[in-house]
Amino acid sequence: MSSIIIDRRRNSKGKSTVNRERFMRRYRRQIQKAVSDAVHNRSITDTDSGEEITISRKSLSEPFFHHGEGGNRNQTHPGNKEFVTGDRFPKPKGGKGKGKGGGSGDAADSGEGVDDFAFQINRDEFLEYLFDDLELPNMVRKELKETNEFSFRRGGFTNAGAPDRLNVIRSLRGAHARRIALSGKDRKEIRALKRELREMEVSPDDTNEERAEEIKLRIKELNEKIKRLPFIDDFDLKFNNLIKVPLPSSSAVMFCVMDVSGSMTRDIKDMAKRFFFLLYMFLQRNYEKVEVVFIRHHAEAKECDEHDFFYARETGGTVVSSALTLARDIIDERYDPKEYNIYVAQASDGDNWEADSPKCSKVISEDMMQNLAYYAYVEITDRHHQNLWHEYKKLSNAHPDHFAMAHIKGPTDIYPVFRELFEKKEATV
Amino acid sequence: MTESSKAPLFQGSEWNFELIESIDHEIAKIAEEFGLDTYPNQIEVISSEQMLDAYASVGMPLMYNHWSFGKQFLANQGSYQRGQMGLAYEIVINSNPCISYLMEENSMTMQTLVIAHACYGHNSFFKGNYLFRAWTDADSIIDYLLFAKNYIAQCEEKYGIDAVEEVLDAAHSLQSQGVNRYKRPVPLSADEEKHRQKDREEYIQRTLNDLWTTIPLKFRKEEKVETRFPAEPEENVLYFIEKHAPLLETWQRELIRIVRKMAQYFYPQKQTKVMNEGWATFWHYTLMHELHDRGIITDGSMLEFLQSHTNVVFQPEFDDQRYSGLNPYTLGFNIFTDIKRICLDPTDEDKRWFPDFAGNQNWVEVLDYAMRNFKDESFILQYLSPKVMRDMRFFTINSEEANTYLEVGAIHNDEGFRELRQNLAAQYNLGNLEPNIQVYNVDTKGDRSMTLRHYRHNKCPLDEASANEILSHIQNLWGFDVKLESVDGDEVIATYPPSAEGGDSKAA
Repeated sequence: MSSIIIDRRRNSKGKSTVNRERFMRRYRRQIQKAVSDAVHNRSITDTDSGEEITISRKSLSEPFFHHGEGGNRNQTHPGNKEFVTGDRFPKPKGGKGKGKGGGSGDAADSGEGVDDFAFQINRDEFLEYLFDDLELPNMVRKELKETNEFSFRRGGFTNAGAPDRLNVIRSLRGAHARRIALSGKDRKEIRALKRELREMEVSPDDTNEERAEEIKLRIKELNEKIKRLPFIDDFDLKFNNLIKVPLPSSSAVMFCVMDVSGSMTRDIKDMAKRFFFLLYMFLQRNYEKVEVVFIRHHAEAKECDEHDFFYARETGGTVVSSALTLARDIIDERYDPKEYNIYVAQASDGDNWEADSPKCSKVISEDMMQNLAYYAYVEITDRHHQNLWHEYKKLSNAHPDHFAMAHIKGPTDIYPVFRELFEKKEATV
Repeated sequence: MTESSKAPLFQGSEWNFELIESIDHEIAKIAEEFGLDTYPNQIEVISSEQMLDAYASVGMPLMYNHWSFGKQFLANQGSYQRGQMGLAYEIVINSNPCISYLMEENSMTMQTLVIAHACYGHNSFFKGNYLFRAWTDADSIIDYLLFAKNYIAQCEEKYGIDAVEEVLDAAHSLQSQGVNRYKRPVPLSADEEKHRQKDREEYIQRTLNDLWTTIPLKFRKEEKVETRFPAEPEENVLYFIEKHAPLLETWQRELIRIVRKMAQYFYPQKQTKVMNEGWATFWHYTLMHELHDRGIITDGSMLEFLQSHTNVVFQPEFDDQRYSGLNPYTLGFNIFTDIKRICLDPTDEDKRWFPDFAGNQNWVEVLDYAMRNFKDESFILQYLSPKVMRDMRFFTINSEEANTYLEVGAIHNDEGFRELRQNLAAQYNLGNLEPNIQVYNVDTKGDRSMTLRHYRHNKCPLDEASANEILSHIQNLWGFDVKLESVDGDEVIATYPPSAEGGDSKAA
């Protein structure tokens, strides 16, 4: 009897994946809540790590019948030092008394759920829960630009190819045709000979035995010749041909516009950054091909890279239209609306140079709106709305499907507002 | 012996498959000399991730999918990654061939130890012990698991994951109430199972309604006598529900059956923890020493082995922070080792306590008999010797409901040995540990409500919160009201859920 030794290390180690998914599925709501809580607490730079999710153990319980406290028990323990039969101690109150335990030991930790069940989810899962049900609105498939997606389609047949693409029916059909073609002359002769033979048999004259024998021999010879034709030849093989077809893909560009003027306090900037960061993660996750343009502005606007956008400091007055005209110019220059879905997200504290607000409104409605898929504006302030808000309100009424605005008062609003702006809606286009 | 001049099989800690094969061969030879009768071994080397997977699915190589296994996995993974928990060196499955998993991280010495422990220790226990022989079918468990997994996956496709989950959740909560303790079940076989499952499907639906058919009135008048259904209380609550719940679909019954069968399969393991681990530990200890004596393993390996063996049988004392009850490895190992000692070198005390085998020198046979014919409770009652009690310094603490104090009962002295042994044996009696809950009555002529009864042992009450939760699970399965009475003798002390019987919860 010898043992069998097997190396299983190469087998998949993901046996529990399904069960893990089941678990996540069942507790989706709780996990989602934990994730949105985590967004509030988490530093915006921290996007590469997953998150520890905590769910109260009570909702996870798998109950089983067991004894509660009380009753008469005796429990035997090891390691007696100085006890003698008959020694007495007061019963310990709660906690782990040495008088109980054992049978009811497990009961204590699964009873009232004091402690929580904590586990790790990875970054992708975190983002999935975070951006569940969100999408970029008004997305339209535009030009075939810069596609790097291809699909393979059947495109006829070739004589050469990989064995797995062999088309059996075609190949055999070809072989059959070849055999017919190559054996045509011989079979014609066979037919003629056979006819002659039959005629000889049915004719009243004496059969010419010699001739008959000759014919039979010839027929046999010809049949063998036909048989020698290869049943299938390299030449017959046909392969399915696949051709590469570029897939239409939608290109999108996102403009992130943020006010960095003096009136934006650190807190407000921080909230704005968080908002944009969410947006940025959302875009990164959903669209491989989304381009992002960062514009920061005070009295004048500047295009900058991601790092400067989030981390550089600046102060100055506030002229919102400067950013908008810059965005407009960039669109004209680089992003043809026929090829791109264009989105603009703007965050500000609502402060603007008095005379500038109508101008903003004008730039948006006259120069930009017809090119945009969606314009989202968030105002981060706990004061009264100023003229920018009122101007935008008019815009929002004029373009309800393409212009959205929201008001953020404190850090806790960021995530709900974000969801509100990008919630999946019925397709409006 | 010619073998003693042999060069050791390995020196370093690196292992490879040839080494495992040859060490397994050596151990098999020695095990045979000692008369260990085993199933053929199938040794599988796995990685730590795979070990975590195996942990999550109760150690089985395949298991149906359920969120609770996912939860288990996450919990284990978490504590493993934080370093709070080490992984077992091995997992062994009661199947034929006997499948053992070795971790790839183990050193060669550890692999040797694990092979001795699992492939020859546990394996021979699975094959020999009467509980396993009577209650589990090692030949077909893997097939059955496959059947169960596929069947449940099909149900999920047909009826949706949620519907399947609901039944499984409910059935899981009744796992401990899903075993027959006294009646031997028909062994399960996957093939037959598949065939019979169809028949059962039709049969159940046809016969089920007998229970509920409206018997013509004149018949009913004749049987004035109060009869309960079932006539005798039924201990296997899951079985009862599977067979008699009026509203369940056939596939739901089949799911309950699967959970029930699994619970039954694991039932012997719960009852032989001390023996099973003690036996495997005793044999790895003996086999490793034998390997060393024959020069097959080096002194270095022996030291490494002894260190890990010491960890395995470490028993913190009751006042130690690390104390969390008795270590079954220690207790079992000590008892088996002491049986051997009593056979070979008995004292007068041993001769008084164990007249049948003290000093008979044939320890292999005595041990074999003990392994085959006992479970933890009876094993302790039969074989726990005064020496082991003395060495482990056992003592009993009595806690009476009525008293405000705890009292030290029997301790390790001549007056206390017998009582101590009884106490300890009772501590391993599952009948005492798990609440005894049975189906008491079903109101077949009225509202079809089911009454369960909890028969109190030593006045121990049920945990209320979990009881209420499980009742709502049972209600889902049964389809009508379910209540649970906790009784002491004939007196009903508490009723769950509290609302049943219009505020009948007069007791605490």
